[in-house]
Amino acid sequence: MSAPLLAVEDLTVTFATARGPIEAVRGVSFSVAPGERVGVAGRSGSGKTVSALSITGLLAPTARVSGTMRFAGGDAGGPRSRERRALRGRHIGMIFQDPLSSLNPTLTVGAQIAEPLRAHMHLSRAAARSQAVDLLGQVGLPDANRNVDEYPHRFSGGMRQRAMIAMALACEPTLVIADEPTTALDVTIQAQILELLVEQCEQRDTALLLITHDLGVLAGVAQRIVVMHEGRIVEEAAVDDLFRRPGHPYTAAMLADLALPRRTQADGGRRTPPLLEVTDLTKAFPIVRGEAVRRTVGAVRALDGVSLTVEEGRTLGIVGESGCGKSTLARCILRLVEPSSGGVSFAGRDVLDCDRRELRALRREMQMVFQDPFGSLDPRMTVQQILAEPLQIHGVARSRRARFKRVAELLAMVGLEPEHAARHPRAFSGGQRQRIGIARALATEPALLVLDEPVSSLDVTTRAQILALLEDLQARLGLSYVFVAHDLSLVRSISHRVAVMYLGRIVEIAGRDELFEHPEHPYTQALLSAVPVPDPVRERRRRRIALRGEVQAATVTARGCRFAPRCPRAQPRCTAEDPALLPTRADDHRAACFFPGPAAIHEEVA
Amino acid sequence: MAATSELAAEAERLAPAALAGPAGLGRQLVADRTALAGLVIVTVVLVGALAAPALAPHDPDVQDVLHRLQPPSAKHLLGTDQLGRDELSRILHGARVSVFTALAVGLAILLVGLVVGMLSGLAGGLVDGLIMRLVDVLLAFPSLLLALAVVGTLGPGLLHLALAMTAVWWVDYARLVRGLVLAVKERPFVEATRAQGAGGLRIAARHVLPNIASPVIVLATLQTARLLLALAALSFLGLGVGPPTAEWGSMLNDGKDFLADAPQLMLWPGLAITITALGLNLLGDGLRDVLDPNLR
Amino acid sequence: MWYVARRVLYVVPTWLGITLLAFVVGQFAPGDPAAAYFARQHGRSPGAAELARTRHQLGLDRPAPERYLRSVAHAVQGDLGTSYTSGRPVLRELAERFPSTLEVASAATFLAILLGLPLGVLAALRRNSVLDQLTRGGSLLAASVPSFWIAYLLIILFSVKLHLLPSFGTGGLDHLLLPALALGLGEAGLVARLARSSMLEVLGEDYITTARAKGLSERRVIGLHALKNALVGVVTQVGLIFGFLLAYSAIVEVIFIWPGIGRLAVEAISQRDYPVIQGFVLFAGTVFIFVNLAVDLIYQRLDPRISLTSASAAIA
Repeated sequence: MSAPLLAVEDLTVTFATARGPIEAVRGVSFSVAPGERVGVAGRSGSGKTVSALSITGLLAPTARVSGTMRFAGGDAGGPRSRERRALRGRHIGMIFQDPLSSLNPTLTVGAQIAEPLRAHMHLSRAAARSQAVDLLGQVGLPDANRNVDEYPHRFSGGMRQRAMIAMALACEPTLVIADEPTTALDVTIQAQILELLVEQCEQRDTALLLITHDLGVLAGVAQRIVVMHEGRIVEEAAVDDLFRRPGHPYTAAMLADLALPRRTQADGGRRTPPLLEVTDLTKAFPIVRGEAVRRTVGAVRALDGVSLTVEEGRTLGIVGESGCGKSTLARCILRLVEPSSGGVSFAGRDVLDCDRRELRALRREMQMVFQDPFGSLDPRMTVQQILAEPLQIHGVARSRRARFKRVAELLAMVGLEPEHAARHPRAFSGGQRQRIGIARALATEPALLVLDEPVSSLDVTTRAQILALLEDLQARLGLSYVFVAHDLSLVRSISHRVAVMYLGRIVEIAGRDELFEHPEHPYTQALLSAVPVPDPVRERRRRRIALRGEVQAATVTARGCRFAPRCPRAQPRCTAEDPALLPTRADDHRAACFFPGPAAIHEEVA
Repeated sequence: MAATSELAAEAERLAPAALAGPAGLGRQLVADRTALAGLVIVTVVLVGALAAPALAPHDPDVQDVLHRLQPPSAKHLLGTDQLGRDELSRILHGARVSVFTALAVGLAILLVGLVVGMLSGLAGGLVDGLIMRLVDVLLAFPSLLLALAVVGTLGPGLLHLALAMTAVWWVDYARLVRGLVLAVKERPFVEATRAQGAGGLRIAARHVLPNIASPVIVLATLQTARLLLALAALSFLGLGVGPPTAEWGSMLNDGKDFLADAPQLMLWPGLAITITALGLNLLGDGLRDVLDPNLR
Repeated sequence: MWYVARRVLYVVPTWLGITLLAFVVGQFAPGDPAAAYFARQHGRSPGAAELARTRHQLGLDRPAPERYLRSVAHAVQGDLGTSYTSGRPVLRELAERFPSTLEVASAATFLAILLGLPLGVLAALRRNSVLDQLTRGGSLLAASVPSFWIAYLLIILFSVKLHLLPSFGTGGLDHLLLPALALGLGEAGLVARLARSSMLEVLGEDYITTARAKGLSERRVIGLHALKNALVGVVTQVGLIFGFLLAYSAIVEVIFIWPGIGRLAVEAISQRDYPVIQGFVLFAGTVFIFVNLAVDLIYQRLDPRISLTSASAAIA
């Protein structure tokens, strides 16, 4: 190995807090060679972000930093020294997790990219601007000449992250530090951004330090991986070795989390009558302008003719990227959001055509579990009050004593202790809170649970526990689930059948194994190919399906297949006609595409 | 920033239950130095006002023209006014008028603002639109001017003044409460309660109201300080209590004519107003820190 | 562009609301305005026939909606009626005195910003320092002292004891200083608090870290990235403060015998001069509407995100 570009020796970071010092990083040493791509992996609280920030001297003044650092052969000085500051922006570029909050809302994107050029390269205003346009073009931002003068809030998440990358690369640094650069993005956009990062760094021979909680992301990007746990480096290895033979139990555990256990039986022969039937459900949200005089200037179709059935005791997984309408669908089924048209029938009763009283009775049998375990429990109530509320609303367990008994039962059912009832939600961890949310949904003994991203905000280990609990409850109580998620592996883990949504429509629906093994719709294929595989060898060989651009909102006036603008298979017919959801390989495998079938070689790019 | 949120998560994990009922709140208020100072001042003022008849060394209305405009002495700790009345007794009795009126008006506007704001925020639609237009018009107008105009038409007097201030000042609450209600309505637990089949009334009473209480209490405390100042200002202009009733604003109005001979007559009532308002402001500030650290 | 047009149009309904308010204020006035008018014209009480004639002559026998519309029509043409006491057109009285109020309110706003803004920003930059503690304590105190009382304290100190500044009347800067200080000191505290909290909030934002990560000088990070965003929050408040000071100047005008519209209004109230009170409500309300309009438009210039919603609603 040549002389390292960056060498960190014995880095220790301590934060002074009201409760005494907290050691965030304890004696960490690592190095990055010129042009090398190094991944730093660890769960939240492992000290990975703090280490990265200390390299550029960006830690808050409350942090005490010790250790030495060398950069490009020279001493990089103390953590808050002039030498360290001189590296920032000029020799070390940084990319952060949340591209929205990391860009200044009151300055144009172009001005923000031009800033380091003017400060470090001493370019004139005009030269910096034209350089900014060039950079935006290089990171694949369409119409760079116009977009350079836009404000960040006009950009989508992917475009903002591209702008951040352009900014980090502006002065041709020798090292780029990217801190969870794709965590806030959808999976197809994540694939685009990762590809762009690797491509740009390779072209410029820039070293990359990629920090993430997701080992899967690193498989295809990093050459070497450093695993951190509780402020220490527990393992450091070349990417192939680490994935093949993890040396530390912690690394092994992180890898194990990536492979969720799979329900053994998928959609086998068992046939049960449908409990829930959704037909041609549509929801249009008006776009309203004006304040004194409000007027409707158009409508966005969040749902556009969705039909599906859920059978008794089974799980239908609904998967799609942000903005596909999956959460709206979940809410329309329960009439938490009033659908514009279509039908929902539950156990033979028309959900959309019942009055308030009937709807209340129905809600006893159809319940919902929400995404945010912190927000969905009233912080002012005790767990007892939270769990007793549905009992009071529906007049079950009328006496105080009966309610106490039922609450204790519910807590036991979800694996919590009876004495937890007296506490407030804030005394619990995310996973425990989600258990409380599930217990609340179960209070009135419903037949159907609609679960909207129930584990998305939990860490990977807790996810597996909650999924196991859900499967156990389904087996014991014969529950039906509608399981909504953006994460393909989650849906794959728990569902019997899976529906893929894109811009308000179901584009493909099939039994779980059938869908994951033989996807017919090009969007499903692109989605599957974008998921990083925790196997560096396969990841390097793998070919991704290139999707053009990003999701655009579907207005009511839009015609044709919603996916056509990004589809590698699009033909003139696709923009003129709406494809129907028709059977393809099998009777119960349906796809909404004029040209279904396995992905052809020419659609893939290296 | 990822690093800060990481630390915040850490801090939250380590922190004990933040608010543990009224007893915990009391302990936290005492622990917060700002709040404690405010609490002490407000308590002293309230006790002084309540016990004024017992505490006051003299009858506040008894005149003694032979001993007018006297400097502080053993008999008259704060001296006497232009009619020879004991200044200390007048300050103590004045507290009953000034502070209690501010409290009464504060309570009245709190009630009106709470009801209107909740109605507006929960009902939405046309009701909300109409209420908010009215609020906009009233807000497009400095409250003191409006109070001046109302008193101007009704004529001076304490009751008219209180009415005018109530008619004008509720708008701030209505707007704040509406904004808070809308924010709480968006929080997931409200949707979760709706999903269980709860009606609007249950949601309003059991979920929305408790969750907007802290900022409303903070505003009420700070607002009472503002009311006290406005009341004094209007009284000072001769629009409030008429003579001979002791009231801080009108005492200042009386005192201004003897600026050169007895400047202490301008000092005591002004100091009383300032200390009381400071106590309320300190208490409000402390309450804000304790109840809702996210509030500005 | 659309935002600007809509925001300007929005002035109309609010202004109509103000006219309605002014009209209602007039309706609540005790006594018969016709009788009062006659008495002032002729120096005696009117007989029944004379009263009816006067009522007709003044249009008071028409139904209320018609009288309201008539008053709006008059107001649009600049006719706010005639003062009972001076017999001169109300609008002319107000217009003559408005510059004095504007002068003292502007000076007070300027002082409030000049004192408050740097203190607040510095306090945020040196959080928990002695300066920060003093700023927080001082601003709380400033919010607790009645401005008319400060006025007298200032008079006692600078006029009575030190003989440095005149205690009343208009003239040069020396006449302006005491009223502006009395009026602006409390608001300086408010500006300092706002600037401090706004700045603290912005300093915690991710884009500040980004700016530092770009290797920009700390001067540019604070001076451009932080300050510009922090100012967005302060600007709306400065507008509100200016409006507030226009109103509160009444008290200071009375104390310093300052010939502004506030003192005119207070005198009108004590003399039951209803046309002047009504005209004052309408005039001050109109001024305030335009101050708000200016604030919203400036706010929109500062924060490009504001385009669809009302700026003042967004900040609340």
